[in-house]
Amino acid sequence: MADLSVNIAGVHFNNPIIAASGTIGFGREYSEFYPLSVFGGISCKGTTLKERLGNPPPRIAETPMGMLNAVGLQNPGVEHFIKYDLPWLREQNTVVIANVAGSTQEDYCKMVEILSDTDIDMVELNISCPNVKEGGVQFGTSCESVGAITKAVRKYCKKPLIIKLSPNVADIAGIAKAAESEGADAVSLINTLTGMRIDINTRKPIIKNVTGGMSGPAVFPVAVRMVWQVKNAVKIPVIGMGGVTTWKDAVEMLMAGADALQIGTALFTDPYAPVKITEGLNQYLDDHNMKSVTELTHTVIV
Amino acid sequence: MKFDAQDCELVFRNQLTETIFDFRLKNKFLAEMTKAGQFVQVLVPSKTLRRPISVCDVEGDIIRLVFEIRGEGTAILADTKVGEKINIIAPLGKGFDLDENKKTIFIGGGIGVPPMLYSAKKCGKNATVINGFRNKSAVILEEDFKAFAGNVIITTDDGSYGIHGFVTEPLKECVKEAEMICACGPMPMLRNIAKIAKENNVPCQVSLEQRMACGVGACLGCAVAVFDENGNQTYKHVCKDGPVFNAEEVVF
Repeated sequence: MADLSVNIAGVHFNNPIIAASGTIGFGREYSEFYPLSVFGGISCKGTTLKERLGNPPPRIAETPMGMLNAVGLQNPGVEHFIKYDLPWLREQNTVVIANVAGSTQEDYCKMVEILSDTDIDMVELNISCPNVKEGGVQFGTSCESVGAITKAVRKYCKKPLIIKLSPNVADIAGIAKAAESEGADAVSLINTLTGMRIDINTRKPIIKNVTGGMSGPAVFPVAVRMVWQVKNAVKIPVIGMGGVTTWKDAVEMLMAGADALQIGTALFTDPYAPVKITEGLNQYLDDHNMKSVTELTHTVIV
Repeated sequence: MKFDAQDCELVFRNQLTETIFDFRLKNKFLAEMTKAGQFVQVLVPSKTLRRPISVCDVEGDIIRLVFEIRGEGTAILADTKVGEKINIIAPLGKGFDLDENKKTIFIGGGIGVPPMLYSAKKCGKNATVINGFRNKSAVILEEDFKAFAGNVIITTDDGSYGIHGFVTEPLKECVKEAEMICACGPMPMLRNIAKIAKENNVPCQVSLEQRMACGVGACLGCAVAVFDENGNQTYKHVCKDGPVFNAEEVVF
């Protein structure tokens, strides 16, 4: 039995598997399957200052080995999260990460200031939601804007700060470096890739929002590439995500440079994916005489 | 809320029409928890998303699913052989709110017919069933409904079997004696049924479908537009709030 625990920006995780924001809500539904402590941590649904109703349906389309979504940050607002969800999540013996979305720099700063006075463990700054105009992606697509929002939020953030990066950019390594130099404690990537499907009978986009964020096994190689590029460029921890479905994917993502992982779409295919990934990862480490999962990180031989 | 993802053995497989299949899945634990009008999320090999399929019937440790081939996923599912395992998340959602002592009209349109069987059975002789199909070759489950229901009416769009026309024609004739209407089928059909129900002051529940991902209420993918208590438009979710909704709250 190897040591699966990891330390990300001073926060201890019992294992490196974190539930990805937007796929697990605030955890209550999946706690029907297993205790949420099967996850090292949970990144909560993207939360905004005020309640958001989200986008009109349909919000979902399947793609070859993946899916598109355009939920549009439907959430009950940060105060509801703090009053109703956080106390319950605190009892689940898993790291609680608040995922923060906004439309202005002031929103992000205000949210982070509010959350800094709660007992969440970490903040994940969502500057990469592709599905709403005001979802922050405008902050996430250039080195300058990522640096600026990180710098602004850092002043108000008393919690370890993760910047979640968009893959819909030209220079992912440069963007990660900009976040690091302005005070990010970690980066997580990749958010979804922007995609689109058309119903050939009606000539209409399947998703009402026209475009959506693509996730699932199909994006995995893109994620592995970007995690590797980012790990080569920064010293802060890298949380890898994007299509991780099996324990083999988890090993591969760690080798590429991830210090921890997030899984999301895999939960829809198999709710027990985190349990199976953790078991498989443990077995792999034992089989290779490794004492700790941290020995895998960034060990790809190039 | 209580559900799980488990393997079930396919113990019976029958093809009802060119595109509709009748599957019986064995799993005592899940079958005992499953109520009328709920649905299951079926894992399809090689597909990322599960397929939401309404429960047609439950008998002992058997969950019966009657589904139509709609695309690649359901086509793969239809090829499952007896003895093979199918993984489902079940039971999911909220079914019809039924009172077996009330005269209830159950209306199904096309592939909206199977979800009504288990619910209608609860009302037995108090159930009037109106099932609509495109034509004679699309008619399914007629004997299953006739085995218990007080009255079973079949309509076909082209008149090749039963009453010529839509389900709304016989509904208009029997709606006055009804105390409740439950319906599942295409949105235009549900809209027209809801209108007739309202005109006659009969409460009406409709079972809806939507493109779905998690199936358990976490991802918020399967939104449908509804009116809240103040008449403002908002969203509910088919998987957790539904699939059955009061017709009055649905934005058709």
